[in-house]
Amino acid sequence: MSDVLTPVLTDIWDAEQSWKLATYAARGGYDALDVAFAMSPDDVITAVKDSGLRGRGGAGFPTGMKWSFIPQDNPKPKYLVVNADESEPGTCKDIPLMMGNPHVLVEGVILSSYAIRANKAFIYIRGEVVHVIRRVQAAVAEAYAAGHLGTGLNGKGIHDSGYNLDIVVHAGAGAYICGEETALLEGLEGRRGQPRLRPPFPAVAGLYASPTVINNVESIASVPAIVKNGAAWFGSMGTEKSKGHGIFSLSGHVQKPGQYEAPLGITLRELLDLAGGVREGHQLKFWTPGGSSTPLLTAEHLDVPLDFEGVGAAGSMLGTRALQIFDETVCVVRAVLRWTEFYKHESCGKCTPCREGTWWLVQALTRLENGQGSEADLDQLLDQCDNILGRSFCALGDGATSPVSSSVQHFREEYLAHLAHGGCPFDPARSTAWSGTEVSA
Amino acid sequence: MSTPPLEDKTIAELREIAARYPEPRSGLLPMLHLVQSAQGRITPEGIEACAAILEISAAEVNGVATFYTMYKRHGVGDFHVGVCTNTLCAVMGGDAIFERLKDHLEIGNDEVAVQRQGDSRTVSLEHIECNAACDYAPVVMVNWEFMDNQTPDSAVQMVEALRAGHEVRSTRGPRLCTWREAERVLAGFPDGRVDEGPSAGPASLAGLEIARQRGWTAPEPGATPAVEAKESDA
Ligand SMILES: Cc1cc2nc3c(=O)[nH]c(=O)nc-3n(C[C@H](O)[C@H](O)[C@H](O)COP(=O)(O)O)c2cc1C
Ligand code: SF4
Ligand code: FES
Repeated sequence: MSDVLTPVLTDIWDAEQSWKLATYAARGGYDALDVAFAMSPDDVITAVKDSGLRGRGGAGFPTGMKWSFIPQDNPKPKYLVVNADESEPGTCKDIPLMMGNPHVLVEGVILSSYAIRANKAFIYIRGEVVHVIRRVQAAVAEAYAAGHLGTGLNGKGIHDSGYNLDIVVHAGAGAYICGEETALLEGLEGRRGQPRLRPPFPAVAGLYASPTVINNVESIASVPAIVKNGAAWFGSMGTEKSKGHGIFSLSGHVQKPGQYEAPLGITLRELLDLAGGVREGHQLKFWTPGGSSTPLLTAEHLDVPLDFEGVGAAGSMLGTRALQIFDETVCVVRAVLRWTEFYKHESCGKCTPCREGTWWLVQALTRLENGQGSEADLDQLLDQCDNILGRSFCALGDGATSPVSSSVQHFREEYLAHLAHGGCPFDPARSTAWSGTEVSA
Repeated sequence: MSTPPLEDKTIAELREIAARYPEPRSGLLPMLHLVQSAQGRITPEGIEACAAILEISAAEVNGVATFYTMYKRHGVGDFHVGVCTNTLCAVMGGDAIFERLKDHLEIGNDEVAVQRQGDSRTVSLEHIECNAACDYAPVVMVNWEFMDNQTPDSAVQMVEALRAGHEVRSTRGPRLCTWREAERVLAGFPDGRVDEGPSAGPASLAGLEIARQRGWTAPEPGATPAVEAKESDA
């Protein structure tokens, strides 16, 4: 049984200048390289497979299996692309990870690239986080200078292993859709970020139509400890099918919002207990388990194990473990309308169900929030969701329906109260971080 | 605002960016960041320069420039203030902050405030989407640096300090540089400010602090073999 919290990736964050190579190396940083170079690339893939690591970017696809799909008989160069676009509303783990511990990502990139036999890797970071980009740029530069990248210090490969790797840090330019892996590749090829048809999957024809692995920041950053400590060590944390540690991000109406690194399978009740509970004098109303694209849950779901299976069985998705907490002062219609405006704004326009559908959802929700219409409009709203879900070209469209349909499912009465009241019955001032502390005029 | 012409040095740097990639066109996003740094916005001249270097049409470059929200056709201020109004921040007070700043600066979304007599710097205002800092809500970004846990009053004080030309620090990062300087970092040219600011802000450390107090750690590595036992090692 592991401890309640298991800091691995976050463990260095309270160190002085934790982002520097010297700090990282003093804690055994980059030691995993020699462990890996003594193994064959296939054995590294096997170790990651055996660990049970599943993608930390939302979908939970087994990482080692993804790597094994790279056709090694394909003569084209292989590429590793790190997805550091972190833009799913509520998600806020990769950004502090890259700010406080950029070297664990760089080390993970080296190990993962070695495993898939890539000599060039890209870290695609959303553009709106300049300081995080500085930290990753500097970590890559420090790693080159120390011989952990390029052709090593003696020109005989990294640590004289004969293996060479170059990393390019690439800044995006503001587009949520570029977190979708094929849209990200379009962005990285200097094009509009619109998703590609699959198949072919990126493992076969990705960047420049070459075999490409795309993984989330936290997935790649989890690799060094797996290589160093072993698959069994990683698998000793978490649940049967959702192994290892993960960063859980608590935000909103909690006493101590922030990052909590724990074995998968912890519950919101346990996390809230650590975080001092919901905002003083208030109760939990609804929450997202993994960002705004994962269906809303309520106080009924406090004991759901936060792993892929547990949250799935509760009718939602683990997603990115972005736990946005809303108390009873928050109007669920307002919350859902705002998320829907986001999806409408970010829809790339490539397919009709999403482009038109998100527009219609905003119209319908705006009317409901203003107390206009009738109960029949609620059913129409759900119909619109049906026309988007499963008919969109990529998962952005599907995700856009999650908050809408789950909120109607759990809070139908509240939608109706808007109609009865002729508008929103909530006072938004009561939800603010400073509510109760202001002197009234 | 007058637009400086593209210098030879900038053209050389645009080529340098394209050369980082196996296929030059991959450099387009950072190249457009550099155009903004050099000229304060996406200019027709900048679009032509990128097109010429990458041997694609200006229309193709334009199509990319219009797709991404960080690229601005009309200029922004020296300090571009983005208020997060995605749901979590909006609820926590982002809507109130954005309203207050619009009132105070007497502008709407995506506009530059008038430079008053005595102001040494300009500010512009935009509402932005979730910036991956929800545990610090409500969040304001200035030139894409974090200003965490803001209130309407703190945001007004901040924009006034910026207009007066005072040094302002990110709450979780360095001294703020201008928007054009920040765009240069995004183009891949570091500015030496990397070692400013903390390792992590207070919210980032919330779980770690509890783990330290209670002595919680990840399992001891020694309990399991370092490398999975391989036949060849046996
Ligand atoms: C609209 C949309 C946005 C996404 N944004 C991100 C993101 O910001 N970061 C990320 O790692 N994955 C994101 N994903 C998931 C990626 O498509 C992909 O599954 C993931 O990067 C794979 O990495 P993993 O297997 O390591 O999780 C997004 C997916 C969609 C549909
Ligand atoms: S679902 Fe939306 S984001 Fe995805 S391809 Fe269609 S329009 Fe673009
Ligand atoms: S919602 Fe504002 S930073 Fe995430």
